[in-house]
Amino acid sequence: MNLHTEHDFFNHKNSGNEISGKEIITLQNVSVSYRVPQEQIRTFKEFAIKRVKGKVKFQILLALNEINLEVKKGEVFGLIGANGAGKTTLLRLVARVMKPTKGRVVVLGRVAPLLAMGAGFHPELTGRENIYLNGALLGLNRHQIDERFDEIVEFSELGGFIDAPLRTYSSGMNSRLGFAVATTEMPDILILDEVLSVGDISFQEKSKERIERFQREGATTLLVSHSMNMVEKLCDRIAWLDHGKIIRVGEATEIVNAFKDFMKVE
Amino acid sequence: MVNEASSKTFQEKNIYDSSKHNFRQLLEFKEVWQYRDLVFFLVKRDITARYKRSVLGVAWTMLHPLGMMVVLTIVFSQVFRVSMVGYPAYVLSGLIAWTFFSQTSSNSINVLVWGGNLFQRIYVPRSIFAISTIITGLVNLVLSIVPLIIVMLVIKVPIKITILIAPVGMLFFALFSLGVGLLLSTIGIYFADIVEMYAIILTAWMYLTPIIYPITMLPDWAQYWIRLNPMFHLVQFFRDFVLYGTIPPASSWLLCFGISFIVFIIGWTIFTENSDEFAYRT
Repeated sequence: MNLHTEHDFFNHKNSGNEISGKEIITLQNVSVSYRVPQEQIRTFKEFAIKRVKGKVKFQILLALNEINLEVKKGEVFGLIGANGAGKTTLLRLVARVMKPTKGRVVVLGRVAPLLAMGAGFHPELTGRENIYLNGALLGLNRHQIDERFDEIVEFSELGGFIDAPLRTYSSGMNSRLGFAVATTEMPDILILDEVLSVGDISFQEKSKERIERFQREGATTLLVSHSMNMVEKLCDRIAWLDHGKIIRVGEATEIVNAFKDFMKVE
Repeated sequence: MVNEASSKTFQEKNIYDSSKHNFRQLLEFKEVWQYRDLVFFLVKRDITARYKRSVLGVAWTMLHPLGMMVVLTIVFSQVFRVSMVGYPAYVLSGLIAWTFFSQTSSNSINVLVWGGNLFQRIYVPRSIFAISTIITGLVNLVLSIVPLIIVMLVIKVPIKITILIAPVGMLFFALFSLGVGLLLSTIGIYFADIVEMYAIILTAWMYLTPIIYPITMLPDWAQYWIRLNPMFHLVQFFRDFVLYGTIPPASSWLLCFGISFIVFIIGWTIFTENSDEFAYRT
């Protein structure tokens, strides 16, 4: 697998911070800030003038603020918090899609690209062509896709439709195919933004089984959800985020109860 | 950075540490190589998807410059009353080169500046999208040599063996175009209007390059200034092979290589230095 391969060109240049073996995901003093222009700049002239005068004002939006977090191998780790708390940004950091503005993110192992389910699917291409394109986007090479092709088709239950263009697929078929490609290889880390509900009930059951199998075999899960029952049921530990900060980290039931109390007070 | 005990279960190549971003320029090369199959599938997608529903399909790649050539030949001979021996072949050879440059550079800017959704969902080396756009363009460029040869046969312009060295000229175009595309898309992250501005610049740029008119039409002072236009040299270099059947002097080789390589290196360096910013665009 070629996914996430920021290779250690400079292995000898060890950085000072030690990271012990049990943490599969480590965030050290991580901040992410977006720069949002404060006023609408309409023309290039206006922009140039303001820029020269140093008057282009940006609002700094801190999506994550000095986050320290460690997720252990094999854990099911939940993230809860109101909208805009920074949960998705945190997932993106772990998925390597985004770099932190400050701080350090270390991820050991391959991340299952469930954020990217169906990425790059093109409606005019056939299911077969899309499997190759999507697989390559997920970091597989041609041979790896060849090897997994039959398994992907079988799992996605597409059968004879595999050589029809994607635009003729139902949305269920579409997401079944996306899920089948994204999970064709056992990952070290699963990232789930909301609990998956792909396809009909029987396929949901099937995809749930596959994810549970990954978890039994030692995959670590990072789960974002607004459903407190789900989170409490599935997670070992939870971090409660609010406005880019971690309010509390701890055992699932404890955090869920604290969060519920807090929401009632508000 | 990771002690030995932990890496037992993980392959070392799967370790990601955001604090390491030394030598982005070299890492990007390495990653592009790892994702080379993706380049292939993206090119295949662009070519098949574009033509899948049209009746004439890939033939459009050849018909488009031919149509342009017919229009321009009529305009120049009938409206401007310019007569030049072998004008259709001259204008066609220039047009296919220009079309390659203008399409690939603006397409790669578009895909990088507006392709944001994908960048927020998965990590792939972002230059992949520019590279695959360029390679798609190269496939089209090679295909459009076919109508050029046909036109040359029809209007009896001799076809020389040097046409086989034309890929060198194409390679220089590709490097130049990739450099321009990467550079402008990096600017585009901070200032998206560059995309619109570039469309206008391209139109002006085309008229400042002897594509549809011969350089001898210009007054002497203009001929002097036009040498500052890098596309002038690249187009001339390309025409030497495909149209005039001569091998350009060593100085031309060096100049064209220098121009395209330097532009590529500048674009690549600035792009890779800033490529993490692409995911921040929402």
